[in-house]
Amino acid sequence: MTLLILLGVSFFSAIILAFVGDRKFAPEINILGSAATFAAGVGLAIEVYMHGPMTAGGKFFFVDAFNVYLSVLTSFVSMTTAVFSRRYMRWEREHGRVGHWGMRFYHAMFQLFIFAMLLALLTNNVGVLWIAMELATLSTVLLVSLYRTPTAIEAAWKYFILCGVGIALALFGTVLLYFAAEKVLGEGGEALLWTNLSQVSDKLEPTVLSLAFVFLMVGYGTKVGLAPLHNWLPDAHSEGPTPISAVLSGLLLNIALYALVRCKVLVDGATGTHQAGYIMMGFGLLSILVAAFSLLRQKDVKRMFAYSSIEHMGIATFAFGLGGQIATFGALLHMLVHSLTKSSIFFTAGHASQMHRTQEMDKIKGLLRGNPLVGWGLMFGVMAIVGMPPFGVFVSEFLILTATMKDAPLLTPLLLIGLGVAFAALFRRVQPMVAGLVPANQHPLKAAHIPVILHMLLVLIIGLYMPDFLSQWFHTAVELLK
Amino acid sequence: MSINLAAQINSIMAALILLTAFGLLVQRRMYGLLHLFAWQGLFLSVSTAIVGYVSGAHHLYISSILTLALKVVLIPYILHFLIRQLHIHKEVEQLVNVPTTMLIGIALVIFSYYLTAPIRELSTLVTRSTLAVALATVMLGLLMMITRRHAVTQIIGFLALENGLFFAATSATYGMPLVVELGVALDILIAAFIFGIFFFQIRTTFDSLDVEQMTKLKEED
Amino acid sequence: MIELYPFLIEAIQILIVLLFAPLFVGWIRMLKCWFQGRTSAGLFQPYRDIVKLFHKDVILAENASWLFRFTPYLVFGVTVLAGGIIPILSLSLPFATVADVIAIVALFAIVRFFTALAGMDIGTAFGGMGSSREMMIGSLAEPAMLMAIFTVSLISQTTSLSNMADMLIHKEFILRPSMAFALLAFVLISLAETGRIPVDNPATHLELTMIHEAMILEYSGRHLALIEWAGMIKLFLFTTIGIASFFPWGISTLPSNAAIGGLGNLISISAGIIFLILKLGFLGIGLILIETGLAKMRIFRVPEFLGGAFLLSTLGMLSYFILE
Repeated sequence: MTLLILLGVSFFSAIILAFVGDRKFAPEINILGSAATFAAGVGLAIEVYMHGPMTAGGKFFFVDAFNVYLSVLTSFVSMTTAVFSRRYMRWEREHGRVGHWGMRFYHAMFQLFIFAMLLALLTNNVGVLWIAMELATLSTVLLVSLYRTPTAIEAAWKYFILCGVGIALALFGTVLLYFAAEKVLGEGGEALLWTNLSQVSDKLEPTVLSLAFVFLMVGYGTKVGLAPLHNWLPDAHSEGPTPISAVLSGLLLNIALYALVRCKVLVDGATGTHQAGYIMMGFGLLSILVAAFSLLRQKDVKRMFAYSSIEHMGIATFAFGLGGQIATFGALLHMLVHSLTKSSIFFTAGHASQMHRTQEMDKIKGLLRGNPLVGWGLMFGVMAIVGMPPFGVFVSEFLILTATMKDAPLLTPLLLIGLGVAFAALFRRVQPMVAGLVPANQHPLKAAHIPVILHMLLVLIIGLYMPDFLSQWFHTAVELLK
Repeated sequence: MSINLAAQINSIMAALILLTAFGLLVQRRMYGLLHLFAWQGLFLSVSTAIVGYVSGAHHLYISSILTLALKVVLIPYILHFLIRQLHIHKEVEQLVNVPTTMLIGIALVIFSYYLTAPIRELSTLVTRSTLAVALATVMLGLLMMITRRHAVTQIIGFLALENGLFFAATSATYGMPLVVELGVALDILIAAFIFGIFFFQIRTTFDSLDVEQMTKLKEED
Repeated sequence: MIELYPFLIEAIQILIVLLFAPLFVGWIRMLKCWFQGRTSAGLFQPYRDIVKLFHKDVILAENASWLFRFTPYLVFGVTVLAGGIIPILSLSLPFATVADVIAIVALFAIVRFFTALAGMDIGTAFGGMGSSREMMIGSLAEPAMLMAIFTVSLISQTTSLSNMADMLIHKEFILRPSMAFALLAFVLISLAETGRIPVDNPATHLELTMIHEAMILEYSGRHLALIEWAGMIKLFLFTTIGIASFFPWGISTLPSNAAIGGLGNLISISAGIIFLILKLGFLGIGLILIETGLAKMRIFRVPEFLGGAFLLSTLGMLSYFILE
């Protein structure tokens, strides 16, 4: 029941918001809808915590420790983003960057996007998972081109085409998966249910599944933003409105990775080898290195953090590929803290670029003095994302590094190089932005405090002390993914 | 209709789908592309119906009708409308290296054949041999999206690729579960509306639908 | 006597090749006139043309070498030889057993080679241009032609045209996509090889577009007659190759040494001739439909056209492996 509320609220909010349009209270409805979704998410989490994994809606939905924590995360970040976007989008509207229809569209699509992501997380059907992923792409494509500038349209087109193709290949992988499953489970909808598949994964035909995994990897990997399929990601993140960049980076990439990991479990079960893991490790490591070195050359602030997302998704993918208890635990934690930190960074970076009327980092200066919240928020956010203690990212990266040293010691230097270069690149860029005097082109701005503070606090808390229920969830999820 | 005859007709349809995929690759004119695409959808629909008849999987009829409505009627109609609205029906795309493209296409067909060979061995369906064609159609759609420079053409390539996926689903497994097929069809429908909006946006911003102009976003050094 | 009988059929066939070829061309021209609303010159005009040319004097260029004089006879001879190999009336021809379809393609290549040499021999600009164009088309059409024929060979497991036709007649009929592709490719190649419309226009001497006519521009009198006649035979032969490899029903399948002058044999051969006339009549209509429906394409587009033919024949071969 909670599950249906969780999905229903966002879906109906989307419909309501499509009718409400650009009225004065639309942002509030948006926040209210997201908050209700979050409440339902927490309710669901409590249920799962009490009673363990469950299915609902005639096996159509399925909740276990792995997807419930991602659902809570998704609903939480979407709530804070809705809060953030109230001020942010009002500013954009006042400065004529978005029109009347743009706002209507923005609110409706925002909720639809959240619905698609939650559906992807909660569905038990691998086919529906694909459909929801595609829906998530489609609902954000036009949000990326919201500003109608040539570059925004170019970015959205690239996003549409590349992710469309990628996800199409994933469908081919899903077809192959169904082909293998049908032999064991018989025809019909039952054969695509994850709960059924995971029970018989050792009976599935290994050759078919390893072929299927290649397609799924390329397909969902495009969506995760793994190099060399990452081209759409920096463009879409830098040209779209900042709240969208925040949810794309903080949530959508996680969901795509979730889909990939779910499929990997099946493939591992069928092949009995570590082949899928090696593929994921390769893609992950390549993404870390490519992103780290691209970070050095960035001039646009949102673009730079987009590359940072590629890097962190690479880390998580690498860790899932590595497998093992510590690495998987680290990867799960990393998905969580990266999502919180990165969305907070995007919030502050968005405000910073509003204050300076530009996204070019060379022109952004003196944030600490100009607007302490934005300045300190960005500062701490970057400190957290590069993996400095005591923030949560440090813990997850440390776990992953430890596991790498144990299981694949030869790859540790590469990983360290990636992390080091990213550290240097980000810090070199952030320091001039936050420090210094207030430049002439800076304008004062009423920033949205709560989301930034909330996110940073959570990341800090997780870094200092991990709540029991969280670690228990992660341990259960690790068991599931073994 | 005996199973054997149905299988023969199905392989003829597979061949025609492959042929139209190649046709799309080298067709220059907008309306020509549109007609080829509609034909491909029709062949796909017929093939799906035949497979549905042979296998007795009746949900394939729904899938076949869906394909007919969506890929043969609705989407070509939308595209036709857009092309007229945007005044691009006379545009003829410059193609470079048609023979090379064709050779790459042939190589892709062979590649798909080898890739799907292990699956052919495992399958017992009468339609198993068409899986290679399905994968080849997917690959050719991909190739079309890479080689063509026009927004409309790229979209048609994308839709042709989806045709290949549907074909794969029917030939490898006698169709995906109905809920999945319906969902995929819904996604395609939404995609159709989105690219419609896109064409207008691109047109008003760039004054042409040539994707070549969209090269601003690059890594600056 | 028994050994002579096959040669009798062979002789009849060559006679038919010689006589029917101008008739077929006449039929095509007549149809074309009808389709375009003109009065035709009659079915027998090609004969009159040939006879007229034979009566005229030969005018040779001053610097014409032996090659130039030798080529018409060679072209005519080789083309007629090819006509002896293709199973037109009967499947059991003595020539057909010694030469397969690759040999036929090679014979046509010889014809092309010498015609092109003769075109360049005089040293006029048109001759050279025609030769270069002809060789370009040939280099693209021959591989495609071989691929198309090989597809049929794959199905029938032989390269001999007679055996291929035999297989088709006697095996159970199956819808084969590979055959359809090969047939389509073959039609495109035949249009190019015989210099028909969209590739070349046999009725024009417009300098920008002509290909085959440019090569033989310097010929006159009986030389020209032979070359023109050979050209007609070539068109006829391509049609009959198509018939033999795709629609062989009707060709006599009786072993020709069965009985001396056996009635059955006679009937079967005459039936073969009637079927042949019917098929040629229909194919003529088909050809004219293509020719009136299409415009001649620019020479730079011809590689694409033939590339398409190559693609089709390759697809035919691939779909044999993939789908059958």
